[in-house]
Amino acid sequence: MAAEQSLQAPATPSGDTRIHNIGYRSYDGPRLGRSYARMSLYSQSLRGAYGLGRSAKSKVLPMLLFVVMCVPAAIMVAVAVATKAKELPLDYTRYAIVMQAVISLYVASQAPQSVSRDLRFKTVPLYFSRPIETGDYVRAKYAALASALFVLTAAPLLVLYVGALLAELDFTDQTKGFAQGLVSVALLSLLFAGIGLVIASVTPRRGFGIAAVIAVLTISYGAVSTLQAIADVQGSGDAGILIGLFSPTTLIDGVQSAYLGASSSFPGGVGPDRTEGILFVLVTLGLIAGSHALLMRRYKKVGL
Amino acid sequence: MDVTVIATESLSKRFLRVTALDRLSVDVGPGVTGLVGANGAGKSTLIKILLGLSPATEGRAEVLGLDVATEGAAIRERVGYMPEHDCLPPDVSATEFVVHMARMSGLPATAARERTADTLRHVGLYEERYRPIGGYSTGMKQRVKLAQALVHDPQLVFLDEPTNGLDPVGRDEMLGLIRRIHTDFGISVLVTSHLLGELERTCDHVVVVDGGKLLRSSSTRDFTQTTTTLAIEVTDTDEHPDGTRAVREALHARGVTVQDGSGLPGAGHILLLTAQGEETYDLVRDVIADLGLGLVRMEQRRHQIAEVFTDNTDDAQRKEAVGHGG
Repeated sequence: MAAEQSLQAPATPSGDTRIHNIGYRSYDGPRLGRSYARMSLYSQSLRGAYGLGRSAKSKVLPMLLFVVMCVPAAIMVAVAVATKAKELPLDYTRYAIVMQAVISLYVASQAPQSVSRDLRFKTVPLYFSRPIETGDYVRAKYAALASALFVLTAAPLLVLYVGALLAELDFTDQTKGFAQGLVSVALLSLLFAGIGLVIASVTPRRGFGIAAVIAVLTISYGAVSTLQAIADVQGSGDAGILIGLFSPTTLIDGVQSAYLGASSSFPGGVGPDRTEGILFVLVTLGLIAGSHALLMRRYKKVGL
Repeated sequence: MDVTVIATESLSKRFLRVTALDRLSVDVGPGVTGLVGANGAGKSTLIKILLGLSPATEGRAEVLGLDVATEGAAIRERVGYMPEHDCLPPDVSATEFVVHMARMSGLPATAARERTADTLRHVGLYEERYRPIGGYSTGMKQRVKLAQALVHDPQLVFLDEPTNGLDPVGRDEMLGLIRRIHTDFGISVLVTSHLLGELERTCDHVVVVDGGKLLRSSSTRDFTQTTTTLAIEVTDTDEHPDGTRAVREALHARGVTVQDGSGLPGAGHILLLTAQGEETYDLVRDVIADLGLGLVRMEQRRHQIAEVFTDNTDDAQRKEAVGHGG
């Protein structure tokens, strides 16, 4: 270096020309540590859930599902504005229940994308050889998918709300409904993301993951709805309500019809009352906590 | 050795039925250190413990002066790790992948990009770094794996079998690169292999483990000096129908101990002797010429780790070497 400088000195005494050393440069800048790494993993996973930062092909499905979620809301708004209706054709809280098939499809496609890839290509050890720990990885992945689902389910509610205000519907009513809807989809996002990730984290094969998530989310809903209908016909309404505990969609339906003023989609429109609702809330929270615990256990084992 | 990079003290790791590490005590200084052992000798277990990912059953270990049991996160911020197995997603480019890994090591976004470009260039990936990893050759994939271990400019890297699956040219390039990690980048290296011959050329220091126990730890120079073995093979003539035996006896008469190359290909026709220096080569040449035999080959044996294990004859020498280890 000294030699280089002395060679340079006569030609450019001002020192504005330099020979750049393109050899190895060490890094002396900041190292932001664990919480930054967890945030980076969260944002990368959240972007990945909509195909951002990935190939064009992987953007197609999540973006398509996002559009499919929002179009009915836009149509309802258009109808409400055009017909000068006094209220929206569908409650905020009902929207996600009606669209549950689309949401299930989204979870089925993106949960395996988020975790199965790391398992299949054995990238997980690279994460755990860095400052983050099992809990950081699990929470970052969980939070990312739940956030992605919240975006998917809250966006159409926002469309409805803005449309309702444009149609000059009652502000207090609409704001209350919108807030209740947001609470409901937040809970739904956490529940669906947890179930989806637990299933996906068991298999490194993406195809199996997709099929298993669809099976658990939609078949359980179909089975529970059928059983509820049978119970209703036979006149045992209480049993029908409790059957609702056995599918994620009916769980959320139960919680919101008990506490968030939603009209139930249970047969006869009779959802759980406030006492029965406690059971629905407990099971929902239990499933969310259980999913988290199962993921932690799963990744403790994966290690390196 | 003025500074200790890795120090273990009667480190043991027992699983239900297997003892992976058995009271391993070894000190490793700066430079390139080879960790040699057969498959299942406990190399990977040791690396896991040193990264603070798996608690030791007993004993303690320090990496860069940090305790593995309590300061794992701090250790993992300062070291890099290249696993033995494939660990790369095929659908992203090397640049995107290494940038992400740099951020996972705590580098801010801009620094992560700069360091990624630098590191990929240093490991020898140029235009192809923008293409998806799925289309890379094994050699290129190994370079990406190495780049992600170096991107955060660690003080120490653990390389687990970095030459696995490479052809001879790729192997030489990788070994050259490993040498440069220390000489040019100033990063200490712990590299594992089951091929002793490969590490002899690259490492300053070699640690041999077997069955979780330390077999020996010494500088590469000591290592090769005590183990340089010469293999010779001669023809038979009418005068000496068993040329091999004739050479053995003639060498015996001059005070050189010769062993049969038992268990090796061509056993019975190959003689092994320990080379003391240039004189040994001259002596062998003269002896064979005097006997009028043809010399088929005389070569320095490429050491396989298995030899260190099967060589039970000079136990005393080995114990001495272990005693001097570290």
